[in-house]
Amino acid sequence: MTTAHSAAGTGPGQPADRLRAEQVSLGYAAADVITELSLRIPDDRFTVIVGPNACGKSTLLRALARLLPARGGSILLDGKDIHSLPAKQVARVLGLLPQTSTAPEGIRVRELVARGRYPYQRLWSSWTDADEAAVAEAMAATEITELADRLVEELSGGQRQRVWIALVLAQQTPLVLLDEPTTFLDVGHQYALLNLCRDLQRRHGRTVVAVLHDLNQACRYADHLVVMDAGRIVAEGAPATVITPELVERTFELPCRVVPDPVTGSPMVVPELK
Amino acid sequence: MTVLPKPLAPHQPSSRSAHVRTRLVVTVLLVLAALVAIYLLGSGDVQVSPGNAIRAVFGAGDPADVLAVQQWRLPRVLSALLVGAMLGVAGAIFQSLTRNPLGSPDIIGFNTGAYTGALVVLLVTGSSAPLGVTAGALLGGLGTAVAVYLLAYRQGVQGFRLIIVGIALSAMLTAANSWLILKAELPQAIGAAQWGAGSLNDATWGSTLGVCVAAAVLLAPCLWATRPLRQLELGDDLAAALGLRVEPARRALLVLGVLLTAVSAASYGPIAFVALAAPQLARRLTSASGAGLGAAAAMGALVLLASDGLAQRLVTGGTLPAGVVTVCVGGLYLVWLLFREARRT
Repeated sequence: MTTAHSAAGTGPGQPADRLRAEQVSLGYAAADVITELSLRIPDDRFTVIVGPNACGKSTLLRALARLLPARGGSILLDGKDIHSLPAKQVARVLGLLPQTSTAPEGIRVRELVARGRYPYQRLWSSWTDADEAAVAEAMAATEITELADRLVEELSGGQRQRVWIALVLAQQTPLVLLDEPTTFLDVGHQYALLNLCRDLQRRHGRTVVAVLHDLNQACRYADHLVVMDAGRIVAEGAPATVITPELVERTFELPCRVVPDPVTGSPMVVPELK
Repeated sequence: MTVLPKPLAPHQPSSRSAHVRTRLVVTVLLVLAALVAIYLLGSGDVQVSPGNAIRAVFGAGDPADVLAVQQWRLPRVLSALLVGAMLGVAGAIFQSLTRNPLGSPDIIGFNTGAYTGALVVLLVTGSSAPLGVTAGALLGGLGTAVAVYLLAYRQGVQGFRLIIVGIALSAMLTAANSWLILKAELPQAIGAAQWGAGSLNDATWGSTLGVCVAAAVLLAPCLWATRPLRQLELGDDLAAALGLRVEPARRALLVLGVLLTAVSAASYGPIAFVALAAPQLARRLTSASGAGLGAAAAMGALVLLASDGLAQRLVTGGTLPAGVVTVCVGGLYLVWLLFREARRT
């Protein structure tokens, strides 16, 4: 798997990497969380963002998804400032699953997934066969077709997370952003979900960006790994070239060794004894 | 074994079958409301048979029947249906925006504010001209809404803050209202208290036409409102990521809900608990998730019409305000709701 991102999949004259941050500054209220950060999200790859708590990774993801205005610089989607594009148009290109989402009380799985079709609906338009097909396809890809008529609140955490991913898939966007999708899942469901994310990229041709907490999971699944610390990108590239004991110690204050993962050969972080 | 109409479809698309059930509930509610309406049009000091009552609505039949039905009863029935529908929709909008069954306009102070506005006109200026009272109530309701919104605002408005601020402001306004009434002369105070309960006793064609115009203007945008409301239920971030412009949409929905409430209160006084109970009752019948504005409207119309009918018949002489009955109905519902929530936790 090569990580040097090529221009494959982009037309002539169109710049590679549909989603980019250029010199972007972000923050809430008084404080800037991120200053002058630049990042290119490689097309047709699985990009993982890691970093210690409060390093600004969720802030960056929200900004990439147009949820947060930039205080300086800009987020570019297909070369245009993302805030200059209409909200619904962006939502047909780029989908985001936030860290926590609340399902309305009494909603059934299929109905919740169907809400992902909002960007395609107009004031007077009714539910179309294309909408129906997109919802069915999203549920099939996340293996929740059997749950279609169940109440969302009755599902297990792992099943529920699949429903949320299906909602984002029903949006049919070439770019999918996931904010800590594995939080609250047991380890088995975490890997099931990461396999699903990889499938989205490999089999369904989506560009996937996820914020993850677990370094070893990040190294195993990422084509492109972005390490953030204190609002800055401290390293990015293929996990094998990025992850070193020095970097992990500096960023996470965790003395460790890095050994090859016995299953995949990707770097594996093993903490030292204190 | 179930027989599927189409063997090819393993599941009915639930987005459609849910619509079928909602439509069925709305239809049943509207038929019930129509039956109650026909009964109310026909009964009273001048008894008219249901058939003759329907004919009299269109001006046909015995002139005495036509007079009783068209001039005395029809404005009141129409007003109850339309105000009930507006209150139901307003309640559904607010409960959905605040994600809380208690987040309805009668709980968060808009009705109390409308009452304050009316009291100021009735007692301080001493005028009891309906137009002045209506204007006072409208201003009071809108002013309260703006105050609640501004006090609850902190980088957008969050549901729970809105409810807490609304309840607090409502308590203060209630105190102000009591003070205004205690200060007044007895006859004026009685009239003011009567208005404050919310009554359709004074429904005339004049006030009813105003309600008709307001309902036409305000209920039409509700056809637009359902989709943004549903998306907002997913949380602000996801709603925005799905292409909804969250703050403008929420502000438009708030304005719509406030106007519906203020117009209702200005027309016939602050009729309580319809906005609270109707959307919840409708939701339980449709077993749909989230805001069903159509079902809430139909339920609100039925509840207010039936309450007003009861109010007219419980006390002979017909001076019992409909608002007293809706408070009883809504109170029972609230007790049940609290009981259920308490058992669940």
